[in-house]
Amino acid sequence: MSATTYAWLVLAFPLAGTLVIALGWRVLFGRLAGWLGSFAILLSFAAGVGALLELLALPEEERSLTASAFDYASTAGLDADLGILVDPLSVFMVLVVSGVSFLIHLYSVAYIASDGGYARFFSYLNFFVFSMLLLVLAGNFVLLIVGWAFVGAASYLLISFWYRRMTATAAGIKAFVINVVGDVGLVLATFLLFQATGALDYAGVFTGAEEAFAENDGTLVAACLLLLVGAFAKSAQIPLHTWLPDAMEGPTPVSALIHAATMVTAGVYLIARTHPLFELAPAAADVAAIIGTLTLVMAATIALVVTDLKRVIAYSTMSQIGYMVLGVSVFAYGAGLFHLMTHAFFKALLFMGAGSVIGAMGGEQSLDRMGGFRKAMPFTFATFTLGALALAGAPLLSGFFSKDEILAFTIDRGGGYVILGVVGYVAALITAFYAFRMVFRVFFGKAAPEAAELARGGIHHADPQNPATGEVEDSDVGFPGPEHHVAERSAPMAAAMAPLALLSVVAGLVAIPGVTDTLEHFLEPTFADSRFIDVHPSESAEYIGLAVGGAIGLLGIAIAYVLYMRRPGVTLALRDRLRPVHSFLARKWYFDELLDALFVRPAAGFGRFGRTVVESALVQGLLVGGASGAVRAGTSFARTIQSGYLRAYALLLFVGVSGLALYFLIASA
Amino acid sequence: MDVAWFVVLSAFIFCIGAAGVMSRRSPLVVLLCLELMLNAGTLALIAFARMHGTGDGQIFALIVMVVAACEVVVGLGLIVSVYRRRLPIDVDKLSELRG
Repeated sequence: MSATTYAWLVLAFPLAGTLVIALGWRVLFGRLAGWLGSFAILLSFAAGVGALLELLALPEEERSLTASAFDYASTAGLDADLGILVDPLSVFMVLVVSGVSFLIHLYSVAYIASDGGYARFFSYLNFFVFSMLLLVLAGNFVLLIVGWAFVGAASYLLISFWYRRMTATAAGIKAFVINVVGDVGLVLATFLLFQATGALDYAGVFTGAEEAFAENDGTLVAACLLLLVGAFAKSAQIPLHTWLPDAMEGPTPVSALIHAATMVTAGVYLIARTHPLFELAPAAADVAAIIGTLTLVMAATIALVVTDLKRVIAYSTMSQIGYMVLGVSVFAYGAGLFHLMTHAFFKALLFMGAGSVIGAMGGEQSLDRMGGFRKAMPFTFATFTLGALALAGAPLLSGFFSKDEILAFTIDRGGGYVILGVVGYVAALITAFYAFRMVFRVFFGKAAPEAAELARGGIHHADPQNPATGEVEDSDVGFPGPEHHVAERSAPMAAAMAPLALLSVVAGLVAIPGVTDTLEHFLEPTFADSRFIDVHPSESAEYIGLAVGGAIGLLGIAIAYVLYMRRPGVTLALRDRLRPVHSFLARKWYFDELLDALFVRPAAGFGRFGRTVVESALVQGLLVGGASGAVRAGTSFARTIQSGYLRAYALLLFVGVSGLALYFLIASA
Repeated sequence: MDVAWFVVLSAFIFCIGAAGVMSRRSPLVVLLCLELMLNAGTLALIAFARMHGTGDGQIFALIVMVVAACEVVVGLGLIVSVYRRRLPIDVDKLSELRG
């Protein structure tokens, strides 16, 4: 089979899984829906490997294949087909997405087992994977937009999965609305590009753009900025990032799959995919680099003070995606995508570990209540710590190589980029600190009652209640199930976490500076047209970067160790001393309030104006009320005649007939 | 005999009937007064038919009597059913159909 046939299969399996589970939920007893969904994704991954092998068998310059199922529209000047593009970048994304998705499906088989919406969950999850694979395999902007919007819809469905929880539905709506802002940006960018180049497929747009635009042409910069709006909305970058922390209302596997490993990296993929445009419009790329840097440092500082375990990881995700955006925006595509891959491994792992801990806590997510889970949950502790080490950039783990490669590239660009790189290193210190803040607060210190209960062989059961508002919930469908699951006692969860822990450790080996460049070499055909393909920091610079990054990571871990293990209580004193800073960070830099004041309130005010003035006064009062009022007033006399008294009618009749008779008498006389 | 006498008598009977319809509250009496008005009309028709010496007016009078009979059947039926449902036998109280 050819690589494109495999690519179609990659898409077909999750779609089939979605349909089978969605239509057959009545007959899929027990955990069958979960196993079926996982199997579909496993087949998809296998097909992805098939595509990879086929692609590797081709000579390098031919590793870009297109295929088309049918034409959407084929008229004069417009040629849009349901076409896919198979090249190293899309195959790389397919493998990361389907591989991590399979493990998360496997994890969910046990994690979500007691939920009333078991089959519904896997149907949504399969649909998400299908959408994401469609997004990365799309061969033109039309199909890209389709996948882009599908992914947003799937994200909405999964965030609002516990649909009877008010906070979850609100978070889902927020995520969807912000994602639609991104969709609009992407669509407008496509319009601009189509207007200038007359093409919709990637190759046509890129070659057309080179002919149509000079460097930093105004229209092209506008199109690239609109692409960035789409990318930032999906990838939770400033100022479209506020939905991601709220999205943690969804089940933990959803956070791991969508809001850490796959969907939020779509923006990075988009920038990498449209790299010829950004290289033609370096101004837009610089904007992306600056915003990526701002996001990575802002999110890291917020992660310092947030006490909700999942939200700490969510802010960490934003921060790490900031690194990726920085990487692809300084045209270090290999480094950015390398970090995308390693981040998918260790961040999914961290979320899975967090899910296991939250299971042990009976749904409680606050770091303040946790502690001392090290003895009770040795497996979760070991894997979570490996993930945290990778996130912190501890030497020789995956995050160590990938993050530092981005920063080395950034500094190598010279000029103002050095500032961005230095900020990146500062944020790396914060990253290492908050990563181990989680580890020390969850697994060390005084044992929480739940940890003691787990160590005795029981598991904590709490009445299901909303962690955000404290409202009591019944455990019927639409709310989390009554049972909770931990990795130590659920084989599928452990089976999903172990490979990810292994990958978090060894994934860095594919791109050790000066030793291996497997990944970069594999991706080279996609980026062969880049002007920066041969730009590399010197080996010595990379090694210095690695040394600095490793030292910074270890320093952050050491600071966390001192603050949380040696001198617990110092952090509380620090919080009281720096109360304004703390509240500034705890309120998330007031971004929610800012967006609220700028967009939500004016929109709500406009809606109220429409309801009270336009609808009530104008439509109801003047148009509808005016017409009926005129009829009412005009008929008031006729209504008073209709007295209902028979004798009054007789009198009227008599008077009328007499009057007529009199008239004719007089007239005839 | 001059036809004027018949017409005057007919007018008197009609006015008595009309006054009864407008002033009496018992539906039975209202019905009787209606009959009076119809018969006044019939009388005028017969008188004019005799004056002209043709049969047209007499045929018209027969038709009026048929109509009057029908009307009495319907009217009495209504009154009986009102009585059966224990509603007030008073046309002023049966005034739900006001506008």
